[in-house]
Amino acid sequence: MRFQSRLSWLPTPFRSLLLFIVWLLLNNSYSVGHLILGAILAIAIPWLILPFREPQPLILRPWLAIRHMLLVLYDILTANIQVAFLILGPVKRLRPAFVKVPLDLTHEMPITILASTVSLTPGTVSAEVYPIPETLAPGELPEQRYLLIHVLDLKDEQELINTIKTRYEAPLKEIFQC
Amino acid sequence: MAEIIVSFLLLLGGSFILIGSIGLIRMPDFFMRLHGPTKATTLGMAGILIASIVYFSFIVEQPSVKEILITIFLLITAPISGYMLIKSAIHHRLESHEGTKGCDNIEED
Repeated sequence: MRFQSRLSWLPTPFRSLLLFIVWLLLNNSYSVGHLILGAILAIAIPWLILPFREPQPLILRPWLAIRHMLLVLYDILTANIQVAFLILGPVKRLRPAFVKVPLDLTHEMPITILASTVSLTPGTVSAEVYPIPETLAPGELPEQRYLLIHVLDLKDEQELINTIKTRYEAPLKEIFQC
Repeated sequence: MAEIIVSFLLLLGGSFILIGSIGLIRMPDFFMRLHGPTKATTLGMAGILIASIVYFSFIVEQPSVKEILITIFLLITAPISGYMLIKSAIHHRLESHEGTKGCDNIEED
């Protein structure tokens, strides 16, 4: 896991790239003027907001990140269709449940990404991360974190936990190398 | 041809958003109601935004890619608003549907 970028003038390379692309898309133009202005903003804004942020692990495997993103997009597609059928089908046959998934991830950023993917993919909405930071003594690190999720139609709890861990959590661990 | 594609995508997007809204009415408790809007509408919005891209690229002939930005912002905000809603629901100890399993997994806060 690495927190510091190798380039000191570019503390968060991927955020800069994202800002650059967003700037060009917002202006809907690729003229030289916008390229230069976008580059300046993409370098200056991460610098200005750096003091407000808590250090988060950097993406160390960009290609794997892109592959994971495509997989999640595909899952969002199938999830939508699946949930649409669940909604239109008989309500009485649904088996809603709360499930606790033990997490191996330790940092806020990867956990946030995992929780968001879980919310967008088949029949699950993430509800809470335990333990709640406010209940811990200052400086105390939790031994094991859990993600509480609400499932619309639970078939097999252990199978669901395994799917989330292998399909979504393992790639994130690889990407951030933690 | 482009018109057919645009109409098809608009219809597809519209029906998914409609299904999401039907989910809001049909589901028996708050937690299950949350599933419709967080998911079924994502694909619905995607359909409408792709329709918009196709319309502006082939019919108006003014290529526009801003829709990609809208998609990204939607994908970022949908899970976060869902999370805020379910967190406040847990905090207020809303009743969940009687068949819900694993309610003891909810910890006191």
